[in-house]
Amino acid sequence: MANTQLKEHISNALKKGYRLDGRKMDEFRPITLKVDCIRTAEGSARVQCGETELIVGVKLALEKPFPDTPDEGILMVGAELLPLSNPAFESGPPSIESIETARVIDRGIRESHAIDTRALCIEKGQKVWTINVDVCPLNHDGNLIDLGGFAAIAALKSAKFPIVKDGVVDYKEHESKALPLVECPIPITVIKIGENLLIDPTEDEESVLDARLTITFLENGDVCSMQKGGDEPITTEDFDKILELAGKASQELRKKLR
Amino acid sequence: MNYTKRFDGRKFDELRPIEAKAGVIKKADGSAYFRIGKTTAYAAVYGPRELYPKFMQDPKQGLLRCNYNMMPFSGAGERVRPGPSRRSKEISMITERALRPVLDLKDFPNAVVDVFIELTETDAGSRCAGICAASIALADAGIIMKDMVVAYSVGKVGDQVVVDLDGDEEHFDHNSSVDIPLAFIPSTGEITLLQMDGRISPADLRKCLAMAKEQAPAVLQVLQKALKDKYTME
Amino acid sequence: MTGLIVQDKTVVVPGEVIAEGIDYLPSYGSYREQDKIMASQLGLLNIDGKVLKIIPLAGRYLPRRNDVIIAKVVDILMTGWRLEINSPYTAVLNLKDASFDYIARGADLSKYFNLEDYMVTKIVNVTSQNIIDVSCKGPGLRGLRGGRVIRVSSCKVPRIIGKKGSMVSMIKRATGCQITVGQNGFVWINGEPDKEILVVEVINKVQREAHIQGLTERIQKFLEEKTGNKIEIIEEKDEYESSEQSEYSQEN
Repeated sequence: MANTQLKEHISNALKKGYRLDGRKMDEFRPITLKVDCIRTAEGSARVQCGETELIVGVKLALEKPFPDTPDEGILMVGAELLPLSNPAFESGPPSIESIETARVIDRGIRESHAIDTRALCIEKGQKVWTINVDVCPLNHDGNLIDLGGFAAIAALKSAKFPIVKDGVVDYKEHESKALPLVECPIPITVIKIGENLLIDPTEDEESVLDARLTITFLENGDVCSMQKGGDEPITTEDFDKILELAGKASQELRKKLR
Repeated sequence: MNYTKRFDGRKFDELRPIEAKAGVIKKADGSAYFRIGKTTAYAAVYGPRELYPKFMQDPKQGLLRCNYNMMPFSGAGERVRPGPSRRSKEISMITERALRPVLDLKDFPNAVVDVFIELTETDAGSRCAGICAASIALADAGIIMKDMVVAYSVGKVGDQVVVDLDGDEEHFDHNSSVDIPLAFIPSTGEITLLQMDGRISPADLRKCLAMAKEQAPAVLQVLQKALKDKYTME
Repeated sequence: MTGLIVQDKTVVVPGEVIAEGIDYLPSYGSYREQDKIMASQLGLLNIDGKVLKIIPLAGRYLPRRNDVIIAKVVDILMTGWRLEINSPYTAVLNLKDASFDYIARGADLSKYFNLEDYMVTKIVNVTSQNIIDVSCKGPGLRGLRGGRVIRVSSCKVPRIIGKKGSMVSMIKRATGCQITVGQNGFVWINGEPDKEILVVEVINKVQREAHIQGLTERIQKFLEEKTGNKIEIIEEKDEYESSEQSEYSQEN
């Protein structure tokens, strides 16, 4: 539902240099990261940013490869907007918002070749590792794409292969071998409200945005994926500013991965 | 087959360590998490709120709607495919049945109280953990309830009657264990959830139920403390 | 054993035994089961002579006649407006109750109250099916322009208003913001952006600590620290006095 009163209010505060929670335009809410917190997963991470809290789990399985890539493992990223995490989410088939969130996070990891899928091949044409990354919010107060993508990389980084006995996976034990993760892509979403560009939007700010742009960065500063959202267009000047803002923010966030 | 010592060293009538906390999901009207051993359940309550579709509305009282779901990485083995399964739909329904008898929803005709339960990690006993988390979450949301509902399992491993089977015990001896999830209203001792998997004699079944009843006060205390702690931590 | 099991002003949970024997009478939020009285809602125990009552710490707003609330227009009907009131139920404002001015049939209703406008209004009738009628004809009842509306727990409203309005008037004076508190848990705030942020912070603090004694003094200290000014606690006749104010504010 359109929320013009809230939008006016947020815009008026922005004109005077304030966000509703007192933050600066380029400031993240306080973030905590915990890895390896879910014992049933091969890799996991839990992120809390302001009041947004989510868990990402990594599960591995041995399967037949796709026919057109017989020597490559498979990577799948899922994100569900769980109705537990926000009154606006309903139970039922995945909404288009959850599909977009999953696909944007997925592209960041896939297009950067963050996972060396060739290293996941056990037997060409017969057996490869499948990596499933699932993003599950517990409390949604905005910025799921950035936080989900960040937690996904943290989870992949901490993940270990399960032991394989006689060709069958034994999920109870892990090897000490980590996944072939060669890049750490981090998505950053910048939203536009009027003339203002903001980092790490809350749910309220997201609900009144004019436009948003998610850019995924690699450690050396290269961009590996982008997604524009929102009903309004952005100018090329906007784009330049967003690129710079997001780049800086991704470096800040990257420090927390250590 | 003989089962004389539990895998994790517990006594036969000892539950796994329990932990519970209220108010963990800020967007919800009420919420809680409940952990027993490695099984961890989160519950969020939204409501009473408007009920759609309209044909489900009851003009005499509010409706309770429960939804049980396992996060894809929460299963002890392979990944669990997201989305409702027959199993999760059945568990959602028995969860509703377990909680409904204690609720008073007559002040809210045509409205619904939605309870969402998510499991982040499971090691047997997940439906009971979900019911415990939901009990706390409903009270946290200010819903009028005559009592809180406690839930856990009891059963037989090998030839031994035990309380709160963990994952290893469930699969003992080619899955021949008896697993009985139950839920109680502590103040009256009434049973609101009763299911069973396995094969057991009536005499052993009675032993199981008697052993189960003894655990209720301890579990109730954990649920009550979770709520009270929320208001004393300053 | 007979008598009280739980002390006055403690937090009780559903199913908890509050008293035994026949000396006490259960009231709101409690019930009798044979010789015991138990709580049926999460809240603070309130003992008034022999009557045991629970002041709820949570729960959605249940509309009551004569409550003055803040409502939001969600639909413009043929003969009035449909309003969201922070409850599972919507309310209706009829043409004839909207204003002391005469509004002709067929007039453009959006000129009076448009979609998404907020207003201060009074509940005049609630049926058993929770169909709610409101009216804007009365002192202090009006549309609200500008500002921002936040949602608080309707249980905490008496604390936010305070005894004879002392809490909310203290916050108003400390921040220079206009503040109107609806019984239904909608609160309207209007002022400078940085002061509004402070109002929201203070109100959230009141909500979190509503059940702890000495709240008014703590909030006074908090406001003095944040604004650097001395602030007094003054009781004044507030526009909306709630019948429940007295229970909460007795502690102060």
